[in-house]
Amino acid sequence: MFETILTVSLLILAISTLAFVYRVVKGPTTPDRVIALDAIGINLIGMTGIISILLDTDAFLSVILLLGVLAFIGTVAFSKFLEKGEIIENDRDQ
Amino acid sequence: MTLLHLAILSPFLMAILVPFIYKFVRNVHTGWFVLVLPVTLFVYFVQFIPRNMNGQTTISTAEWIPSLGINFTALVDGLGLLFALLITGIGALVVLYSIYYLSKEKEQLHSFYVYLLMFMGAMLGVVLSDNMIVLYTFWELTSLSSFLLIGYWYHREKSRYGAQKSMLITVFGGLAMLGGFVLLYLMTGTFSIRETIGYVPAIMDHYLFVPAMLLILLGAFTKSAQFPFYIWLPDAMEAPTPVSAYLHSATMVKAGIYLVARLSPVFALTPEWFWIVSTVGIITLFWGSFNAVKQTDLKAILAFSTVSQLGLIMSLLGVGAASLHYDMLDDNIFTVATLAAVFHLINHATFKGSLFMVVGIVDHETGTRDIRKLGGLMSLMPITFTIAVIGAFSMAGLPPFNGFLSKEMFFTGMLRVMEFDLFNAQTYGFIFPVLAWLGSIFTFLYSMVLVFRTFTGKYQPEKLEKKPHEAPIGMLIPPIILASLVIVIGFFPNIISYSIIEPAMASILPTLLMEGEHFYVNIYMWHGWTPELFMTIGVVALGVLGYLTLPKWRRIYNLFPEKLTLNKAYDGGLKGLNTGSERLTKFYMTGFFRDYLAYIFAFMIVILGSTIAIKGAFSYSFDDLAPVGPYEAVIAVVMTLSALTIVFSKSRLSAIIALGAVGYSLSLFFVIFRAPDLALTQLIIETVSVALFLLCFYHLPEFKKVETKMRFKVENFIISAGVGLVVTLIALSANSQQVSDRISNYFIENSYYLAGGKNMVNVILVDFRGFDTLFEVVVLGIAALGIYSMIKLRLSRGEEQS
Repeated sequence: MFETILTVSLLILAISTLAFVYRVVKGPTTPDRVIALDAIGINLIGMTGIISILLDTDAFLSVILLLGVLAFIGTVAFSKFLEKGEIIENDRDQ
Repeated sequence: MTLLHLAILSPFLMAILVPFIYKFVRNVHTGWFVLVLPVTLFVYFVQFIPRNMNGQTTISTAEWIPSLGINFTALVDGLGLLFALLITGIGALVVLYSIYYLSKEKEQLHSFYVYLLMFMGAMLGVVLSDNMIVLYTFWELTSLSSFLLIGYWYHREKSRYGAQKSMLITVFGGLAMLGGFVLLYLMTGTFSIRETIGYVPAIMDHYLFVPAMLLILLGAFTKSAQFPFYIWLPDAMEAPTPVSAYLHSATMVKAGIYLVARLSPVFALTPEWFWIVSTVGIITLFWGSFNAVKQTDLKAILAFSTVSQLGLIMSLLGVGAASLHYDMLDDNIFTVATLAAVFHLINHATFKGSLFMVVGIVDHETGTRDIRKLGGLMSLMPITFTIAVIGAFSMAGLPPFNGFLSKEMFFTGMLRVMEFDLFNAQTYGFIFPVLAWLGSIFTFLYSMVLVFRTFTGKYQPEKLEKKPHEAPIGMLIPPIILASLVIVIGFFPNIISYSIIEPAMASILPTLLMEGEHFYVNIYMWHGWTPELFMTIGVVALGVLGYLTLPKWRRIYNLFPEKLTLNKAYDGGLKGLNTGSERLTKFYMTGFFRDYLAYIFAFMIVILGSTIAIKGAFSYSFDDLAPVGPYEAVIAVVMTLSALTIVFSKSRLSAIIALGAVGYSLSLFFVIFRAPDLALTQLIIETVSVALFLLCFYHLPEFKKVETKMRFKVENFIISAGVGLVVTLIALSANSQQVSDRISNYFIENSYYLAGGKNMVNVILVDFRGFDTLFEVVVLGIAALGIYSMIKLRLSRGEEQS
């Protein structure tokens, strides 16, 4: 029973990921795509968590943390890029 | 190392000293110091004559590379001694001549004598080596030093051309010869020529025997300027005249003759040897003498004459091989050919050496070698004229000179081919006397041209650069010595017959002699009214007639088209080789990476695919496979879709994002297949590399930044599909053919007990296989430093800013 629930939730997450992928491909503006990518990252966190329960291991918990960090950094970097045109400014050189 | 080895190597040692002598003793001509050596060597080698007359040979071995069977075995037998005497004797005369020929002030004497001594040592090594590899080493040294000597006046274009041509042709033959030696070694297991002779009955029918023979003959024919490889010799006449006299008449061009004579006991029983050696020789004889008549340059006449005389000796050696088919010495009528070959070898060295020196004197005293400008020098240079008459009449085969004797024997040998009852010789044998006779007529003609066009006729002082006068006495001594040898041997041929010729014949035909038996070598001036004598009379009669009517029939030479000459073929071949290889290189070295990648992948498909096909390596079994779960299936679909998106995407940005999707789904695979460390690393690396791709994308130059869809190319599609297919097949086969156990059990059992870690992947990385990690760290360090230096170090920035 528990396993069925997990499988169903994994399926739901997968479908939502597919929907986000549609947004990434189609998404009329770049911010749309960035938000969709961020959400895909979070979805991946969820999927990894469920898979960890399914596989009955705690070895993937650090992957979850890392995904969170990466998704955050990636989104911030994209946002900064969209805002200023570059990600790492080096004013001192100029 | 014995005295004999020292004698062979002494010219090389002397060559080291020569530059110092040249530098520190400037007021004496360097040649005087060099002269001592060949004279000493000549005296030394003369001492071997009594021993060789008794049928003894001198052998001494110095170890060089004993583990490979390569030892410097010096062997002095009749043949080797004959050549050694020629080399040192004529070497001494040539050095003496060069002292007067080359100016002390104007010429680079040290180079000249270093090259000449190198050549002398190399030549001695060739004729006195019993080991084939040592022989080959010295052989190439003769090619090299000959190259240096021909290009002695390196500022002249023709010298360089001649040097290059002779180098290419002789080294080509030398390499072929090395191949032949190696083949012989494969059959016999020894490099020693004497031991090889003992193996001959056993290897006669070996399938490598004839190839070895052909390769060695190629070496001999190129060196000895036989048809069609004679073309380098006329161009080698750009060398200083002493060099031409020494190398290109008396010694180096006879190295091929030596090789054929030396290996006669090995190969001479095959019909191929008989036919090839004698036919090539006789064709060379005819063609060389025919072409010599049309030359207008004295040295060119002599060059073609050398070609023709070498052909004569070669054909005699070939015919002499017939004698080996009869076991008995009695009534063996074919040995006369070998006798004639050896005898003419000596005679040719004497008269041709003197003729070259005469030509050198004429050149030196008048400033030209063109017979159209020369004439009437008889009264001005009487001594030179006398020597020239002796040399040329001997060359033409007139009595009472030594050329007459050997020419008579040559005719005898050629006539007897018709009596040879093997190898169809009775059917085709008539070619030999006919060609020999025709060749002799032309020989007579050019000998007369050489003497009478130069020394008689009208004196034309207005065409000469200098006022001609007799040469200094030192320049005349060497040709006088050679000319007197011509006469002495002509009148008293038997002074050399038993001392030198007989041991040499014994070396060429060793199997014919019983214990204690000798060849019966007696040379008569008068041998009755034989067909040979009538042939000689015919040669003289037709030759005189031909000389008198020469201007009338000269134009037959114009009939022969210039385009069909062998020189044209050589030049064209060389040029064609150059342009052809250039074109070939330009054809496939396009400079585009995509082409090179296409080659690499195409070859990968061909090689791996054909290996699978030929070896029948493909196999598959589904026995040991794990079941496919739903997650794997879904992720595989996602991954495939992303990969297809990369290929078919219109914009680069979507390709980059799809690539990221592939990477992330790969990390999901790692999660499913329970590899948390890999998943972690893959996530980070994928993020960083996608960021880097985006960086590259952003910095694409503005112009031409038109985003187009990738064009479809059939060949690229085939190659990429092929690579995928081949790799898939290999992976399938490899997975189905697991033969050995996995070693991972060892790590599972021991990672905690031996290394004290529970994370097996990390234990392997830093403990069991720490070395790999170390160097991967190094790789990352190099990459980081490389990126840093590429960004910071802009050496060509100054040029770019303009």
